[in-house]
Amino acid sequence: MSVLLSELQEGILTLTMNRPEAINAFTTEMLRELSKAFGKEAAQPEVRVVVLRGAGRGFCSGQDLREFEGKTLSYKSHLRNYQAAVENIVNLEKPVIAAIHGAAAGAGMSLALACDLRIAAADAVFATGFSKIGLIPDAGMNYHLPRIVGHAKAFELEALSRRIKAEEALAMGLVNQVVSAESFDSAVAQLAAELAQGPTKTFGLIKRALRRSASATLEEMLEYEALLQEVAGRTEDHKEGVQAFYEKRPPRYGGK
Amino acid sequence: MYENILVETHGRVGLVRLNRPKQLNALNTATLSELAAAISELEQDPQIGAMVITGNARAFAAGADIAEFQQTTLAELMKGLRADQYEVLRKVRKPLIAAVSGFAYGGGCELAMICDLIVASDTAKFAQPEINLGIIPGGGGTQRLTRQVGKYLAMEMVLGGRVLSAWEALRHGLVNKVVPVELFLEEALDLAQTIAGRAPLATRLAKDAVNRAQDLSLENGLGLERSNFLIAFGSEDKAEGTTAFVEKRRPEWKGR
Repeated sequence: MSVLLSELQEGILTLTMNRPEAINAFTTEMLRELSKAFGKEAAQPEVRVVVLRGAGRGFCSGQDLREFEGKTLSYKSHLRNYQAAVENIVNLEKPVIAAIHGAAAGAGMSLALACDLRIAAADAVFATGFSKIGLIPDAGMNYHLPRIVGHAKAFELEALSRRIKAEEALAMGLVNQVVSAESFDSAVAQLAAELAQGPTKTFGLIKRALRRSASATLEEMLEYEALLQEVAGRTEDHKEGVQAFYEKRPPRYGGK
Repeated sequence: MYENILVETHGRVGLVRLNRPKQLNALNTATLSELAAAISELEQDPQIGAMVITGNARAFAAGADIAEFQQTTLAELMKGLRADQYEVLRKVRKPLIAAVSGFAYGGGCELAMICDLIVASDTAKFAQPEINLGIIPGGGGTQRLTRQVGKYLAMEMVLGGRVLSAWEALRHGLVNKVVPVELFLEEALDLAQTIAGRAPLATRLAKDAVNRAQDLSLENGLGLERSNFLIAFGSEDKAEGTTAFVEKRRPEWKGR
């Protein structure tokens, strides 16, 4: 059985981390599979949205420490595997949803934060984890977490690593939406379907704009936005959107 | 007719597209010769005020043609054909603009730096990785890169193979602007069109003065600027430009 399952249905590529016996802890193999899936498979034009989720009891418990048992480890070189996965998620110009139930801990939480949206089941629990074993958060958490919850909250979560339940995560903006465990699958499917029927090219441009915004001045952003809008303005979906508006009907977006 | 490039005119702008997509526009000697010939022809064309050199979205030019280099002997290289083509491009008097997307590696990065302005797509990447082949940059890479980004970053690129993203290149002053990949050629052509609409004589004198600033002491540079300024001052276009300004109308340049 593969450590990463992938299924494409109606524009929705669902990637399921599949090591349920270890709450889907990352191994080098899984990280390579993830990089490849986000870099190649997800880039195919028929994919309109990606859902990242875990098999079994939880989302992902982070790096599998057993992988390193009895080995001398260079974190620096091991983290290259994470860099590729995170960069491919962030650079993919399509919406990526993290669908989180159960534990999202350590680097598992980092990867959830690299996604564009987080939908959580009521039983979801977040923990940064790293500092509990004397490490700093990695896999991009120090970039994404303060941008989502602010510096003070990010420091609190990273340094103290307490368990954050779904409702608290929602209150601090760490997740976009919390749904009951029973309705989790259907809520994820609904959100994914809504995004899959959206103007995909435009979503990609929004992602590019937000990414740039993290290191741009207002003047630079205004300039770049104008150019991106020029691109959006030429999409088929923009024409369709305007047409549908005039005809007072829902738009049918092809994603281009 | 050319085999490795495409030449187009857009109003007063001459556009040369490197057209070896399968080889990522690797600059073999034939391509460089065609490029130099096409640019020289546009240089002589009175209808043309500026030139743009581009590749495609995936690659501006991914360096020299390594397979050709492998077969080239020192004696052949010493005939200086490649160096001569670079010299032709360097000595062009009309403004040259590089529209760079994707790979600008090795000879591609050097070609971009020969140009007077660089418009980069947000996917552009710049590198001088020749050291990996047991050689060094031979088209001005060590000299122009160092003048542009400074000694330490140049060393990192030339010795360490560091790749600069478009935004990094912007931060280090290696490109004029970064625009969405969908628009990079259009934006470069727009810029070229604006520049091609300026007084031709003054444009050449200005380009000459800025380029010479790299080589001259301030004393000599100011002397050269003074001479170029006096030449411009004696032109018919100076009379037309100042008169049009006073009469609040658009000038009509004569190029005299």
